[in-house]
Amino acid sequence: MISLTRLSKRYGDRTVLDDLSIRFDKGEVTSLVGPSGGGKSTLLRCVNGLERFESGEVRVQDLAFGPRGSPADRRALAAIRLRVGFVFQDWNLFAHRTALGNVMEAPVHVKKVPLDEAKERGMALLEKVGLAHRVLAYPHEMSGGEQQRVAIARALAMDPDALLLDEPTSALDPSRRSEVLEVLRTLANEGCTMILVTHEMAFARDVSHRIVVLHGGQIVEDGAPGQVLDAPKDARTRAMLGL
Amino acid sequence: MWARLLLCVLFLFAPALAAASEPTAMARVKTSGVLRWGGDLQGGEPYVYEDPAHPGQLSGFEVELADAIAKELGVRAEFHQNDWSQLVPSLERGTFDVILNGLEVTRSRVGRVAFSHPYYVFAERLMARKDDPRVKGLESLAGTRTGTLSNSFASELLATRAVPVLYEGVEEPYLDLARGRTDAVLLDDIIAARYGQPHADLRVVGDVAEGYYAVAMSPSEPDLKVAIDRALAAIVERGELDAILRRYAIDNARQLRLHSWSEKDQRAMLGAEQAAPVMGLSHVWLFIKGAFMTLLVSVLAMSLAVPFGMALALGRSFGPRWLARIAGAYVEVFRGTPVLLQLYVLYYGLASVVRLDALATAILGLGMNYAAYEAEVYRAGIAAVPKGQMAAAYALGMSTPLALRRVLLPQAFRLALPNVTNDFIALLKDSSLVSVITVVELTKQMTITAVDVRSFVLPGALCAGLYFAMSYPLSRLARVLEARLARA
Repeated sequence: MISLTRLSKRYGDRTVLDDLSIRFDKGEVTSLVGPSGGGKSTLLRCVNGLERFESGEVRVQDLAFGPRGSPADRRALAAIRLRVGFVFQDWNLFAHRTALGNVMEAPVHVKKVPLDEAKERGMALLEKVGLAHRVLAYPHEMSGGEQQRVAIARALAMDPDALLLDEPTSALDPSRRSEVLEVLRTLANEGCTMILVTHEMAFARDVSHRIVVLHGGQIVEDGAPGQVLDAPKDARTRAMLGL
Repeated sequence: MWARLLLCVLFLFAPALAAASEPTAMARVKTSGVLRWGGDLQGGEPYVYEDPAHPGQLSGFEVELADAIAKELGVRAEFHQNDWSQLVPSLERGTFDVILNGLEVTRSRVGRVAFSHPYYVFAERLMARKDDPRVKGLESLAGTRTGTLSNSFASELLATRAVPVLYEGVEEPYLDLARGRTDAVLLDDIIAARYGQPHADLRVVGDVAEGYYAVAMSPSEPDLKVAIDRALAAIVERGELDAILRRYAIDNARQLRLHSWSEKDQRAMLGAEQAAPVMGLSHVWLFIKGAFMTLLVSVLAMSLAVPFGMALALGRSFGPRWLARIAGAYVEVFRGTPVLLQLYVLYYGLASVVRLDALATAILGLGMNYAAYEAEVYRAGIAAVPKGQMAAAYALGMSTPLALRRVLLPQAFRLALPNVTNDFIALLKDSSLVSVITVVELTKQMTITAVDVRSFVLPGALCAGLYFAMSYPLSRLARVLEARLARA
């Protein structure tokens, strides 16, 4: 459903993604792990064009775009953004909107969903992430865990075919992580396609179908959680996991 | 403007202090060896001006007259440059001993200063456009817009006969008349001859009144007045004044009367001593009208500056490079040059291209100037919104315009709002600058009334009170908004 072909990206003379190709299937939950600077977040941000790349191609279903930013590329990217939801490490809730306002914003103004319908759906989603009582709260009035759950509801409100999550719990207090992980576990059980950048190894093992280890912009390990986490082939992965 | 106001109030108390400590004026002049005289170089030829052939050197018939008077007194003349409209307050403050600069003997000045015998008899010359036959004389001016100088003898004549349009300079009234912004100009014949009559499209309607230039001194220094009168008489008697006037081609038959000037003539010139008019309801009404004009200009200028400034900020932050450059250059030019200059250029400089009336120019000029400041305020606001906000908007499928409209700008505007309110308060006061292009707003009304009632105290207090009444609610509003933002 999502495939990256020969993707390369550099910051100056540092290679962040090195001729990388990978494919993610529908209904699959994939965890991207690896040391900082290994290219996990960059890979994720390239999928919905928040980050540009020098060469290669990003394909989501029948839509594909390359690095040039041609009108065709931009059209494809715009369509892809409607199909792929994104959850940021630091939430990025719209500071001037309530929880419900954040969730309704894109359906109403991008998809032109009628207000009543968007509101009803927004309430349902907030209830799903356990925030029915915080509907009218502003971001600054909520804890990090609550904000991240609103952010997940906001992404889901666009009915995406896949959800990209960039370290969704790493900016949270340890005590607040579980409430977000609980929501993600529910989504995984519902068969939602997810690509997740994370440092939570226990959680990754628990919910993922597949774990991919990135190092130096390359895939050094790719397989089922048991295989990757218990019997890694690559020396760097073994070092990272302390085996 | 507030500083000016404060100075005006201070000037009022100065003469009492000065008079108390001085022995006699003549003793002071003799001891120091100089007669300090005040004038304004901006009045131009032939009064007092910088000699174009010798920059830094003064020329003019009043320069020669001042030298002659000083010589007669046995001292040296020393020129003090002073804004013409502030000559009398500066005299009262003791900046110089006498005013000698086309100061007309007017009702409102008699009593406030002591006038010597006159040194020039001028005519009030009425001019109109050649293609406009309506203006025939003083009586035909009813309802017409007639230009003249602020606080002049002509402005007193016009007050009840026409709609006076008041200027600070001598060239602008004729420029505006030629361009059709006014219907007539009434000014001293010397000014008309130099600055009005050369215009090919203008005609002289006639000389409709006579007035006098005299040396002005403090009423508390009668010995100085006696000495100046004596010196003047000697200069007139031996034909020196005639010679001076001839050198500047402003001698005429009217000046013959100076040779036989009597105390009776002097009394007639000064008129019956009149008590200064008291500030009444009619003045208050004029002040309220002035305040309304201030508010009108400020509100309309700001409602121009806000969207235009927003467009500039967006162009600078998100536009293509060429647009960002243009917006940046606009901001730097309009912030980096005085708004007074911009108003002049817009009103007089560009008059051959676009002919705006004074009020429209005032609004447009202030609006364009403040747009530059607003642009910077918004740009700071835009920069202060975290980068992740736009990323989140893009990730939800928003286009750049939609993301700006729904996400970035509402937040940037909230951050900018306290500064926008502050700027509006500043604009409220800066709007007093538009009096240079003949718009009579609150501060201008204050100076007009102050001359009329011969005191700055009440008009100043009323003016300050009205400004405060307009700006205080705004600063309260700014504080409420700030508090609300701090909570958000």
